[in-house]
Amino acid sequence: MKVPFSWLKDYVDIDCTAQELTQKLFSCGFEVEELIDCGAEIDRCVTGRITHIEKHPDADKLRICKLDCGEYGSDIQIVTGAGNVSEGDIVPVALDGSSLHGGVKIKKGKLRGVESCGMLCSGEELGINDDWMDGADVNGILILPAETPVGVDIRGIVGLDDYIFDISVTANRPDCQSVYGIAREVAAVLKKPLVPLDLSYTAASFSTSERVNVTVEAPDLCPRYIAHYVREIKIGKSPLWMRRRLALCGLRSISNVVDITNFILLELGQPMHAFDLAKIAQNKICVRRAAEGEKITTLDSKEFTLTPENLVIADGKNPVALAGVMGGLNSGIGEDTSELLFESAKFERANIRRTSRALGQKSDSSARFEKGVDAYTTGIAINRALHLIEELDCGKIARDRFDIGESKAQPTVVKTSVAQINALLGIEVPKADIRDILTRLNFNVAAKGDALTVTAPAYREDVEGFPDLAEEVIRMYGYDHIAGTFLAQASVTGGGLTEQQRAENEAGRAMRMQDYSEIITYSFISPKDYARLRMGEEAGKAIRIKNPIGEDMSLMRTTLAPSMLETLVRNIRRGNKAARLYELANVYLAKSLPLEDAPEERKTLCVGLYGPGEDFFSAKGAFEAFAAAFGLEFTYAPATRPFLHPGKTAEVLFGGECVGYLGELAPDLSEELTVEVPVYLGELDYAALESSLHAPFKYNPLPKFPEVERDLALVAEEGTVCADVEKIIREACKYVTKVHLFDVYRGKQVGEGKKSMAFSVTFTPRDKAIAPEDADGYVKKILRALHEKLGLELR
Amino acid sequence: MKEQIESIRKEIGEWLSTAGSDPALTREGLFAYRMEHLGKTGKISALSKGMRDVAPEDRPEAGKLLSELRRWAEENFDALEATLKKRELEKKYASEKLDVTMPARFSGTGSAHPVTLVKNELIDIFSGMGFDVFEGPEIERDYYNFQALNIPADHPARDMQDTFFVTKEFLLRSQTSSGQIRVMEQRKPPIKVLSPGRVYRSDSDATHSPMFHQMEGLVVDKNVTLNDLKGLLDEFARRMFTSETKTRLRPSYFPFTEPSVEVDLSCSACGGKGCRICKGTGWIEVLGAGMVNRRVLENCDIDPDEYTGLAFGIGLERIAMIKYGIGDIRLLFEGDVRFLKQFGNGGRV
Repeated sequence: MKVPFSWLKDYVDIDCTAQELTQKLFSCGFEVEELIDCGAEIDRCVTGRITHIEKHPDADKLRICKLDCGEYGSDIQIVTGAGNVSEGDIVPVALDGSSLHGGVKIKKGKLRGVESCGMLCSGEELGINDDWMDGADVNGILILPAETPVGVDIRGIVGLDDYIFDISVTANRPDCQSVYGIAREVAAVLKKPLVPLDLSYTAASFSTSERVNVTVEAPDLCPRYIAHYVREIKIGKSPLWMRRRLALCGLRSISNVVDITNFILLELGQPMHAFDLAKIAQNKICVRRAAEGEKITTLDSKEFTLTPENLVIADGKNPVALAGVMGGLNSGIGEDTSELLFESAKFERANIRRTSRALGQKSDSSARFEKGVDAYTTGIAINRALHLIEELDCGKIARDRFDIGESKAQPTVVKTSVAQINALLGIEVPKADIRDILTRLNFNVAAKGDALTVTAPAYREDVEGFPDLAEEVIRMYGYDHIAGTFLAQASVTGGGLTEQQRAENEAGRAMRMQDYSEIITYSFISPKDYARLRMGEEAGKAIRIKNPIGEDMSLMRTTLAPSMLETLVRNIRRGNKAARLYELANVYLAKSLPLEDAPEERKTLCVGLYGPGEDFFSAKGAFEAFAAAFGLEFTYAPATRPFLHPGKTAEVLFGGECVGYLGELAPDLSEELTVEVPVYLGELDYAALESSLHAPFKYNPLPKFPEVERDLALVAEEGTVCADVEKIIREACKYVTKVHLFDVYRGKQVGEGKKSMAFSVTFTPRDKAIAPEDADGYVKKILRALHEKLGLELR
Repeated sequence: MKEQIESIRKEIGEWLSTAGSDPALTREGLFAYRMEHLGKTGKISALSKGMRDVAPEDRPEAGKLLSELRRWAEENFDALEATLKKRELEKKYASEKLDVTMPARFSGTGSAHPVTLVKNELIDIFSGMGFDVFEGPEIERDYYNFQALNIPADHPARDMQDTFFVTKEFLLRSQTSSGQIRVMEQRKPPIKVLSPGRVYRSDSDATHSPMFHQMEGLVVDKNVTLNDLKGLLDEFARRMFTSETKTRLRPSYFPFTEPSVEVDLSCSACGGKGCRICKGTGWIEVLGAGMVNRRVLENCDIDPDEYTGLAFGIGLERIAMIKYGIGDIRLLFEGDVRFLKQFGNGGRV
């Protein structure tokens, strides 16, 4: 929201600087995002009178001027090429060392041998045009009015000594989306009176209803519609003061009538529209829903096909405006317009928003309606517009108007008390201050003892209850009065983490103790990520975002592996020698697609690693560390995954159920990714384990008798799996508590296609000590079982 | 006998006089020599046996001399033994000397993500004040993310956040405030809860990420005030940053709080004097907060005349970036080990 300082000063006697006002607005809830100094580029440029002109001796097109610039010098010589100046003219003079629009620097120099101590300026060189000052568009030097004093800063003369506040207005304050709205706040914060708007005009004797009939068929979408007839229109140029205001706010002047509608939009925040009545069929204006398939071409020559969701203003035949968004090409004000119908309406903001989005058509008007226009201002705005018609002397005004659905809503009345307001704030704001603040903000306050009956101003449709009043009070009273208490009266509560939440921290800690660092990656991935891991069909099961930033962030991931792989590859490409990474995050599993029920968000642990010394078994260590942290026992079985090396992939089993996988990235995939080191990836279905992570735990008594350990070197077929051997050893003897494979040997001594596996087996006694001969017996039993089931021999 | 004693003493004496400085002499050599004299079959023991042959009148004196010899020899052998032992140890020490400045064998420890560090620190701060932690779904219903938070369909406040939609009903939550509603539906006051998690908005540049983390804080009880909100946030600021860190509230707007405030922290980089990080203002905008809107309480069947609530929403990336001086939010999601490993020191393993 752009608000010129000079315009604000029309309504409030502001006695502080723009910078000070910025601070004051900030503390009462209006952040000035940018304070634009209109004359920031211009420096050392002053007014001067041309006292003497003579021809340049060596150049036909150059003239030598002598200038009186008051205190800056009464006899400054400047050579100019412009032909439009004469002796006695007052002109802008850029002195030696000055700066102009666009960062141009002016220095003393010689032109064809004649010294020139500066430059005479055109409007363009000052960054202004005719909307700032008449004559600024002239091709040549800007000739200032004859009464202009000399030797004064040019910025004050041409209106560049101004500031524009670019204010961010919060969504609850649509009433402040205008210069006058901000002026109301400024008056309140500076404790100054607000100059009322001149809404007066002289009405002629003719009537609006004699010329046109106005009806509203969709009052739900149009709570108030005002139409006022103006005739004998004289289309022309707006006065300078109006053009300059529009220019300060970034709008181009078009014609007096169009400028009035734009001026009202800026001043009061009410979008207005003017129909050329000569172009209205059957003298009818109707506010209605569009018929299905009905078409309109808007002012910018775009055609739209409408539905009953869209509100239109129609004449006896066709839509003549897309309500609140843009007028129709067929009914706009032109140079030959002689009579018009002013529209000031309140359209329902949600509908304007929907229409604007559905059609992809936006305007200052639709943007404003989307924020919300209040019915009170709708009524003010029409009077203000008519006042301007009269002031600009560009038409005759009908004596009456259509005002359909005239705001019958009562202003909001809040019954509250000083105590209630202070109870919410937690401090004691004196009653007098509360009254004073609310009154300054145009609330009507009736106090009876502690009780307050507060009537909100008609334009404050955001006010609903006492918390809104508390907010008004504290933002004006000052948030620095809030000192901070520590839940002085609240109940004591237990707080802290649940077992599940603690387990999650523990899981992370277990990984970090194994040198794994935590990563956080985006929850959305690309269909290409699935294809790359050769599970393209999985992509169809993922939940799709309707409006993703891009296709590569369009699917809610069902696996963490692609993100982990991408992160590892990024590390490799950046030349990082090694990485051990983990992520503990959700995957998103739809029960059906398109989504009808809430999907399952399943916590998953993903690990990824590469680097010198890393192999399948160091990767496996990650899961073993996890298991150890929670006292779980995992087993592993050979498995395959489409993106992993088929000989170096295992499934992780817990209680017989598959809870994850791990393996080495398939070599051909590594090649595709131009990764030259082995990369290991694994995922653990954390959610499946969650209930086992905080099982109650009791300690086992220490053995009363010493444990006995025996080493067994076994000759096995190459295909024999360690886990099978281990399982048989354990099953063969109930005293076995630990089985550990400590060596595998292949060589001539064991023969082709065979290997020697060396296990250490620990027997833990229970009620009595294990004698050496007992142990021998157990070993024999174990060997027998191994031989029978797996054909293993003692080496 | 006397002569024999004298000669043995002399012999031992001579041996000792050179043995002490003989580098070749080992403790085994000494032991052998000792046994040669003091062992059961040694020379001195042999003399003891020879006492039988000494005249009875001479025996007391001979016995005395003999035991003196024995003691003298033992003392000298013990002393030499000690010397040799010391010499041997010194040799061992010299041969086993390590370069202790060589690197340790240590696999290293990983680091927690800075966002996790900040999250855990916040939980730590607030759980001590009686807050517990609730995690709501990320793929959320429009009702919890918007409608129940007093943001009806087509409300202009929806423009404050560019939301990712999945269906008409489901969206990626744009704020952890959705957790407020779920908590208040399930529990009745007193409520003190944190709701951390991933949130999503369609926005991506050096300070915005389409996915980031928030932590919502909610207190609903009797007599909860705006002043309490300030008190809680002051405590948070002091503990998360420095004991000198101050908070500043200024008016703002969120549909689900009334009054609403924006909370700034005094810049810990410059102590509030104004610097590049705080853009010269001395303050850094960190979070939004306010008193829970009465309509939100009503939506959750909590009587707004009996209870009041305060709520705040903290952006975890924002806090991490300020706390650790991280300039670009994208670093947080790249997973570069050189970045991650730096947080090993900052966080608990």
